Amino acid sequence: MVGIVLISHSGPLAAEVAVLATQIGGTGVPLAAAGGTDDGGVGTSPSLVEAAIGEVDRGDGVILIPDLGSSVLTARLMEGPGVVIADVPFVEGAIAAVVTAGTGASLEAVLAAAEESRNFRKL
Amino acid sequence: MGAADLDTAFFAAWIEEAARTVGAEKEWLTRLDAAIGDADHGANLDRGFTAIAQALAGTEPDTPGALLALVGSTLIRKVGGASGPLYGTAFREAGKFLGDASEVSVADLAAALQAALDGVQRLGSAAEGDKTMVDALAPAVRAMSLAAQEGKEPEEAIGAAASAALAGAEATIPMQARKGRASYLGPRSVGHEDPGAASTALILAALRTVVTR
Repeated sequence: MVGIVLISHSGPLAAEVAVLATQIGGTGVPLAAAGGTDDGGVGTSPSLVEAAIGEVDRGDGVILIPDLGSSVLTARLMEGPGVVIADVPFVEGAIAAVVTAGTGASLEAVLAAAEESRNFRKL
Repeated sequence: MGAADLDTAFFAAWIEEAARTVGAEKEWLTRLDAAIGDADHGANLDRGFTAIAQALAGTEPDTPGALLALVGSTLIRKVGGASGPLYGTAFREAGKFLGDASEVSVADLAAALQAALDGVQRLGSAAEGDKTMVDALAPAVRAMSLAAQEGKEPEEAIGAAASAALAGAEATIPMQARKGRASYLGPRSVGHEDPGAASTALILAALRTVVTR
């Protein structure tokens, strides 16, 4: 199953989006939140992100969903074989990715589903 | 100092001087960042350079390339803001370019600085005029490359690069940010110096300080 890492400047924001996405998409998906700095402040921690990637990697690829700024730059440092960034809205992209990953879809399919979330209309 | 003898001790002195300058100017950098960012640039960079001093105390790299690579990795791990990946990549790419050479010529240094700029632009996709560190780094690379072509001594080449970086940083004041956190502010970003360009100018000024000693 494809793993998903939520990268935010804020630890609580990443954790709560993970809770929401799990509630909608199911608990079977390898999902980790990597928000905030090592000491719990606002920012991004490459070591937290690296650990989160290791935690969710089941051998089928990992999708990184960053919020903005240094989250995006930190995610870019981690790109590599099987580790890709989804350039998507943080909340909607996380939910779409978790739902699709839960079906056992491929990395490409999960990435495409996350990217579709950019066009979700609320009204 | 001769034309081709920038050695590991020289680069270590640069990093030490850069750390001192960043520490001394961290409140100014944070004030710049408070105007158009999230008010952590000075503190973040200072944390990174403080961690470098600790990393270097534990291990003594024996080439300029290894030293700069260690500086880059430490900044990536310790800074916590956007400047970590960006400066970290810059130093790592410069270090990688220099490889295991024990001495660095002006031409090598110019090419290493170009590699640093390329790495920053690959990561952040910023161009000149976007109000970022690229606005200080790119003119510095051009100045140093020109000095290298003209066969200048390190002192003159580095002086030209530092001056170009400072002018580039000051030129960000009237710009509207198109990259980074400040870009969310739109026209409100106009009238403030970009903190990343300002710190780039500081770090290159530290290089000049060391070469003129």
